Amino acid sequence: MALNKEFAARRLHSLLGIIPIGLFLMQHFVVNHFATRSAEAFNGAAHFMENLPFRIFLEMFLIYIPILFHGIYGLFIVFQGKANAKRFGYFRNWMYIFQRITGVFLLVFITWHVWDTWVQAQFFGAEVNYQMMADIVANPWMLAFYIVGILSATFHFSNGLWSFLVTWGITVTPKAQLAATYFTLAVFVAMSVIGLRAIFAFV
Amino acid sequence: MSDAQAQETRNAEETDTKKVKFIITRQDDPDSPSYDQEFEVPYRENMNVISALMEIRRNPVDSQGNQANPVIWDMNCLEEVCGACSMIINGTARQSCTALIDQLEQPIRLEPMKTFPVMRDLQVDRSRMFDSLKKVKAWIPIDGTYDLGPGPRMAENKRQWSYELSKCMTCGVCLEACPNVNDDSSFIGPAAISQVRLFNSHPTGEMNKSERLEALMGEGGISGCSNAQNCVEVCPKGIPLTTSIAAMNRETNIQSFKNFFGGGN
Repeated sequence: MALNKEFAARRLHSLLGIIPIGLFLMQHFVVNHFATRSAEAFNGAAHFMENLPFRIFLEMFLIYIPILFHGIYGLFIVFQGKANAKRFGYFRNWMYIFQRITGVFLLVFITWHVWDTWVQAQFFGAEVNYQMMADIVANPWMLAFYIVGILSATFHFSNGLWSFLVTWGITVTPKAQLAATYFTLAVFVAMSVIGLRAIFAFV
Repeated sequence: MSDAQAQETRNAEETDTKKVKFIITRQDDPDSPSYDQEFEVPYRENMNVISALMEIRRNPVDSQGNQANPVIWDMNCLEEVCGACSMIINGTARQSCTALIDQLEQPIRLEPMKTFPVMRDLQVDRSRMFDSLKKVKAWIPIDGTYDLGPGPRMAENKRQWSYELSKCMTCGVCLEACPNVNDDSSFIGPAAISQVRLFNSHPTGEMNKSERLEALMGEGGISGCSNAQNCVEVCPKGIPLTTSIAAMNRETNIQSFKNFFGGGN
């Protein structure tokens, strides 16, 4: 039997959200966290990442293609659902809605973020360094935009990790799913702290 | 007249004059717009929504005293095992046979379930659920031209949890609560997925396991679930629907690997 398209696409969507996108998010936050040490430490780390061998292929296969698929197919999934938390205000139903709100917001935020940094560096001769980020978040509105973006990303990743565990049949019992709720909550808090510490290092 | 007798007479009088107020969403045919109509039904002890609807049918007059068409609804077993009388009662999808008037806030609002096409008034067409059961082959094929003999025995602990799954009455409440079951998606909903787990747990049914799993991997199958988990909260039979979905997630993943890489069937 041929692999069913919808089934395969949904499973791929779930997998890509964690591997590689979730892993990339962690790496991204950890590297940016160098900014809490000093501007030089951040510049050094950014420079190291910039000069990784085969960088274009790494970027292409580990982030651009997966995130494009995840984002566009995710949008398609959003349109297939009809939010009903007004009638059914259960915790998981709210998580279902927040997953969609943060997902759509992240599409906007990440597009802007890539335009503001990567595209500027790639095509307009800007240099990705501490000063670039400091200039961006000097505007309080941009800082707020980044804070919401970071929290959306950590929420979307943590809650996505929870449903990844269900989708792949790892957490089957209510007990395991509840434990995963606490675990992913801890992931959310930890990732948010790292991300927020990093962005405030540029203020 | 003793005090007790007097009290009884007073109670009886009160019962005579006490009215139960209803606001019912009505629809004359599948394509016409819906409208609300109010009814007042004389109270009787131990009344449920169905006996009140029967009262309206007996005397179809709305609360303004105008003649009305009798209200149409579905019912069958009257003991919450057939699932036919599901409707939205005061905002909650449930069976009208077990909705006792004494436990409901008035005026009692009756609406048809929204996920299904309305045929008339409170009667909806749940065909999509029965079509889904056919799609996933929710039965055990034992018919043949000769006696196949007794099947394999079933472990008692397995029988216990699979018995819980067999309580599903296709009432549609889980589909009503699911945000992913709607006109924009072909998702079959939680009930049929849980039935695959039930029939795959049966020692004879297990022999056709892969067919059911492959149906779940098809169009509108299990991948339509986004884990909002409303289904398990609202199921009137307390069926562990989300456990079934997660278990079938595991099984369909394994099946897809087997299909692609090979190994067993």
